Amino acid sequence: MPLPSVSWSSRSGRALIVQGALLALLILAGAALWRNTQGALAARQIRSGFSFLSEPAGFDIGEGPVPYTPRDSYLVAFAAGLANTLRVSALGIVLATVLGTLIGVGRLSRNVLVRAGCTAYVEVLRNVPLVILLFGTYLVLTEFLPEATEPISLPGSAFLSKGGLHAPRPLWAAGWGAALLGLPLGGAAAWLLARWARARRARTGRGPAVGWAGLGLVLAGPVVGWLLGGAPRGLELPEPGPFGVAGGLSLTPEFLALLTGLTLSAAASIAEIVRSGLLAVSHGQAEAAGALGLRPRQTTRLVLLPQALRVIIPPLTSQFLNLTKNSSLAVAIGYPDLVSIANTAMNQNGQALECILVIMAVYLSVNLVTALLMNLYERRVALVER
Amino acid sequence: MPTPAGAAGHSELGGPRLPPERPGGAWAWARRNLFASAWSTLATVGAVSAAALVLPATVRWTLLDAVWRPDYQACRALDYRGACWGMVAEKHRLILFGRFPNAEHWRPLVATLLVVLALLVSGHPRAWRRWLLGLWATVAAAFFVLMRGGVLGLSPVGSEQWGGFPLTVLLTLAGVGASIPLGVGLALARRSGLPLLRAGARLYIELVRGVPLITVLFVATFVFPLVLPQGMPLDALGRIVLAITLFQAAYMAEVVRGGLQALPRGQLEAAESLGLGWWQTQRKVILPQALVLVIPSFVNSLLSTFMDTSLVTVVSMYDLTGALRLALGDAQWRNFFIEGYLFVGTIYLVCCFGLSRYSHWLEARLGRWARQEPSRA
Repeated sequence: MPLPSVSWSSRSGRALIVQGALLALLILAGAALWRNTQGALAARQIRSGFSFLSEPAGFDIGEGPVPYTPRDSYLVAFAAGLANTLRVSALGIVLATVLGTLIGVGRLSRNVLVRAGCTAYVEVLRNVPLVILLFGTYLVLTEFLPEATEPISLPGSAFLSKGGLHAPRPLWAAGWGAALLGLPLGGAAAWLLARWARARRARTGRGPAVGWAGLGLVLAGPVVGWLLGGAPRGLELPEPGPFGVAGGLSLTPEFLALLTGLTLSAAASIAEIVRSGLLAVSHGQAEAAGALGLRPRQTTRLVLLPQALRVIIPPLTSQFLNLTKNSSLAVAIGYPDLVSIANTAMNQNGQALECILVIMAVYLSVNLVTALLMNLYERRVALVER
Repeated sequence: MPTPAGAAGHSELGGPRLPPERPGGAWAWARRNLFASAWSTLATVGAVSAAALVLPATVRWTLLDAVWRPDYQACRALDYRGACWGMVAEKHRLILFGRFPNAEHWRPLVATLLVVLALLVSGHPRAWRRWLLGLWATVAAAFFVLMRGGVLGLSPVGSEQWGGFPLTVLLTLAGVGASIPLGVGLALARRSGLPLLRAGARLYIELVRGVPLITVLFVATFVFPLVLPQGMPLDALGRIVLAITLFQAAYMAEVVRGGLQALPRGQLEAAESLGLGWWQTQRKVILPQALVLVIPSFVNSLLSTFMDTSLVTVVSMYDLTGALRLALGDAQWRNFFIEGYLFVGTIYLVCCFGLSRYSHWLEARLGRWARQEPSRA
């Protein structure tokens, strides 16, 4: 193999020289920054490295699904924060998608009042910063609600107060496990049914409509599991007491404010995505489907929706990622998400560099996983062009 | 007169017929838009009754029963039955200008007005000439002289005392302005033929776009002081501007890349066949066209950065949002936080709504220009 000529007169030589210079520059800059950092850390007597992760964190975390005590290590604390981030983001994504779809469809309504209301919602929510929304909601929840000792009673044994929302929680019993087990079984049965119907349609040209039956199977799985498991119905009811409401499912005002803010603002963006996706399918498609004899529901399901979804899903995914990233605003109102926990940790031990690296690594991995899934999806729905 | 549908019979094959005429009049309009179907009627009834319930109470709270004087006792006496705009009347200077010394408030006011005027002038495509750069350089210099003081007999005011709306404007414009050249560089690097450059640009863009802005602000506050050389003249404000710039540059790079991709390949090939080198091709052929295409997206970036700057509150800067929280720190007026948030929210809403309308207008106008372009050739 001939060596590439390293001279300025050839194009490949110039490319090599420029890139070599660039690499050298990057290394030099990196080394300089590294030296500065070492000096600054030594001067401030801050240690470096990730060994602190295994030491006891010492601070308390208000809420979350991960069992955690101040004696647990920083690593467990970060895990608890991540669980809180995922909890609020997942719930927010579901709620924002539902609300956003309704509003997006409403903006195309033939009723002028519905249209105007949905447009006003989108225009206002898209033009007010999320931070303002969060602070406002949080203050309303913590200032205007009654004290936890005298909560507002909501229907269904739920209580709302400065201490947050308390609702009944089903007591864990073996029957719930059977119900959970029933879900994948029902799903598998529905899938088999759909496969059979498709194969039959391909073979004979006629196939039974199995949409409702499939949905029924998916729902029947957990119900049957629950019944077989002895139909547990025990609920843990929240009880108002002299020290506030105790027991049951408890959602803190921080969680509620963050969830509300994230949902309301993401719904506005999602509404715009849904609207433009629906508008992207030309009217001729519906007319052509009608001319072929498809019924309105079939037209929607087989012709319009698949094409609209192809336009909607990629920006929708990036909205989901945005919502997850925006959940880091939790630090502003004190919900213990990953960023808040890292913030507390670095205020405590001064290892800002490491704590921020942990946050970045987690967010980047969430992004990476989503991007991989998106690529799979896009490959599946990509137009097959001749 | 169009023949009424069906009346002409099937005997003659006519051209396409006009659609049946829509009946005019208010009643027909209402039938179409309010009572087209049972669902539509239901929605109309629901919307009207909700408005009948909410609107009078809202009007009473915001306008009729409200207290407008900064009179605390009167506000207390309201017991939340009306808005206490007196809170805004009392605190508006703190909210708008932060901790800037009270006697000098005319300085941030004039500085901000200058910037807003310059923005309005730059809004029209007819002003997109070389002199605009000069105008902005002058305005920026005037802004800093007015804010910082220390010359022309103005008393010096440290940047830690800047706050409120001028700070929000400064963070937005400095961040977006500085990120445009960086973003163009990154976008070009990402499409460059040099693998190392391409990979580096891609890595940077993906990394920054993957993390929340708040982490970047944390980096600015906690990591920059460790990493940057000691004695570098960069105060807290400078670090935050640097962070917003670095963050925004990654998004800007994607915006510019969109413009570069929208250009037909023939432009590049034509430039190369004329013997232009890489730099000349980019500077004289590719970038002028690509950048004009993405100007509406620049406006959208301006809008989102304007809203994002409210995050700096978390790292103890007193921008518009932070200054409001400063004002609410006063225990006496704290109960009227809703009025404060409505006031600040309205400022954001008006600015952002204006910007987004402008972006739509620009898009339509430039779209027309872009569509005309091929026919001129």
